[in-house]
Amino acid sequence: MMTAERVHTDRKVYEREELLNGCQAVAHGVRLADVDVISAYPIRPYTEVMDQLSRIIADGELDAEYIIADSEHSQFEIAKHASSVNARAFAGSSGTGWCYGFEALVVTATDRLPVVYIVGNRALDDPGAFGVEHNDAMAVRDMGWLLLWVTTPQEALEHILLAYRIAEDKRVRMPLALAMDGAFLTHSQHIVKIPAKEAVKKFLPPYDLGAGRLHPDNPISIAPQVNEDWVMEIRRQNWEAAKRARGVIKEAYKEFNAIFGERYSNPYFTEFMTEDADVVLIGLGQIAAAGRTAAKRLREKGQKVGYIGLRWFRPFPTLELREVLKRFKAVGVIDRDFAHGSPDDGGVLLHEIRSCLYPAKNRPAVTNFITGLGGRDVSIDDCIKMFGITQKAMTDEKLDDYVTWIGVRE
Amino acid sequence: MATQEMITYDKIKGVHNIPLEEFYTSGHRTCQGCESATTMRGFIKAAGPRSIVTGSTGCMYVANTSYMTTPWIVPWMHTQLGASGSSAIGMAAGVRALKRKGKIKDEHINAIAFCGDLGGGDMGLSGISGALQTNYDLLIIMYDNESAANTDIQATGLTTYGAQTTFTPPGKKTRIMQKRWKKNVAGMLAVGHPTCKYIATACATYPPMDFLNKVRKALAIGGPTFIHTYDPCPKGWDYHPRYSHELGELGIKSGLYPLYEIVEGQVTYTYDARPKKSRIPVNDFLSKQGRFAHLIQEDIDYIQKMVNQMWDEWEIPGIAPLKGVLKSK
Repeated sequence: MMTAERVHTDRKVYEREELLNGCQAVAHGVRLADVDVISAYPIRPYTEVMDQLSRIIADGELDAEYIIADSEHSQFEIAKHASSVNARAFAGSSGTGWCYGFEALVVTATDRLPVVYIVGNRALDDPGAFGVEHNDAMAVRDMGWLLLWVTTPQEALEHILLAYRIAEDKRVRMPLALAMDGAFLTHSQHIVKIPAKEAVKKFLPPYDLGAGRLHPDNPISIAPQVNEDWVMEIRRQNWEAAKRARGVIKEAYKEFNAIFGERYSNPYFTEFMTEDADVVLIGLGQIAAAGRTAAKRLREKGQKVGYIGLRWFRPFPTLELREVLKRFKAVGVIDRDFAHGSPDDGGVLLHEIRSCLYPAKNRPAVTNFITGLGGRDVSIDDCIKMFGITQKAMTDEKLDDYVTWIGVRE
Repeated sequence: MATQEMITYDKIKGVHNIPLEEFYTSGHRTCQGCESATTMRGFIKAAGPRSIVTGSTGCMYVANTSYMTTPWIVPWMHTQLGASGSSAIGMAAGVRALKRKGKIKDEHINAIAFCGDLGGGDMGLSGISGALQTNYDLLIIMYDNESAANTDIQATGLTTYGAQTTFTPPGKKTRIMQKRWKKNVAGMLAVGHPTCKYIATACATYPPMDFLNKVRKALAIGGPTFIHTYDPCPKGWDYHPRYSHELGELGIKSGLYPLYEIVEGQVTYTYDARPKKSRIPVNDFLSKQGRFAHLIQEDIDYIQKMVNQMWDEWEIPGIAPLKGVLKSK
């Protein structure tokens, strides 16, 4: 769509093109990853992934157990325990469904089981709404999950493969949540180049839990009761894994680029027209489309603006992002989420970015926008408005750190 | 693609023929007289070493598996309080997929999940129901000591009517706080899952070997199966630890806890409490426990009346609480 995606045209690498939406692209990723166990439970908007997978299995294109669970909690427990016996497992959810399974999500991370789940972002109830908000996926941000946002179906498909490669790496072994904006990505169609099975095989090694797998030949006890005697050391091990993930992520993208063409120059975020920019907007997910178009239009008028689409949220690309952001005079952080009562009453991403920038010598001014909640459209004009406010923040000290709600009836 | 292969387990005939090999050994710190520990020891003795086991949160997690002193010789993993059903599905599905795809040796591996009455009969009921609808080979064992025994004896949906627990203490104004009649879990699961081939109730020590053979039968019949065990708890039921075995027997003989197995819809009473003369008065069971010390004759009469109804009036005595079909006018 708006990214200048360079996709390899070699048929041995990408075998065909299809018009797919985000959910369908994810299903192809799961097929190509040769997943062993899938547990499904319906909730909009992620659920089409499972519709697609059931068809793929019924047609014999993927050999996997497909279980219709009785709830999200069971869905995630099923995938977790399948993963513990060394089966590659996949599940997903949206909104309050994701939260219904939260207990299972927490233990999957503390048990270090590298499942991959898709989150089709959806506003949390009440009031019921199908549209996108990022608070659902963000709920796992402190729990030991890897968490990222993709912005095109092509990226979604490819990141299922990258997800298993990174999560299952024995230096990492953490579960991974792949988030995508409900409706704007889950249900918008793009031309997608589908990787060839052989190329995927070269990239993605088989899942091997090694001495951690549950099997009669490997009689171990997993997750016994510890209390204060050992919890801190176990948390520390998880922390070390989360730190190691940063290196493994770089390595995995490098391997991916070597096989599939130079697809991703920067694993963590994408920069658009940022070279000599004074002001940038940064956000997660699909707002990038309007953000980039707005930047382009303002550039045509001679204004030095750019857009940064953040992909990886956990681990947070602290050093990489700090290095880039400190070049600018002002940064506008877009939050499609809320963190009521938090510092300055800003959004979640605001706090992450400000905290990331704090040690930098020359900090840009930072301002925050809450917008697009519940799936409300964020237009190009909205983005132009946000650029305008961020430009003011360069000089107007009062604006620094202020939070503006964009597109709300007041 | 051998996904439903049967395993042959010989019925254990006589206590001298119980296998000597233990797969649940030292390392746990369950209370003296703990019947649930006997349930643990028994089920895995009957199932043997080609098994993988998950245990839900509960006293058989917390008291059983302390870090670095695990009593489990078989592979064991903790699962969440309400996740016995889903953990069993996960293990069984993973094993089946890996075998079919040639990633592990094609042999029979038992997938067994256990849970307490709080985890299985209350919180995890929906997950167990989901598991019993699948066609995976799995066994779920609900050890029922009639309380949340790990958190200081709180009432659950399976606590006997009238019992004192920390959630249901007798007070100056209200004598009986535990007013719920014991939830009929095995019967409910049997009635609600027509394709489930084996459901049983049991007690680890009475009648001798009955529980071990029920575990073997469940694993041999295959598909998703369920066993509910009745586990007297010295701490929760308030009696001397030496009487655990006796209380299980009295509970069964009084008719409060029906003992049966259902194989493909056919009921066998493994203690037949249907004839009135085979049932002892409920008070012979109640009066031996401190948790019923506050009951007065009126309460005991009520419990006796309810038990009599279970056996004399239910269409399937002790199992399905329906009293027959009314003729349409």
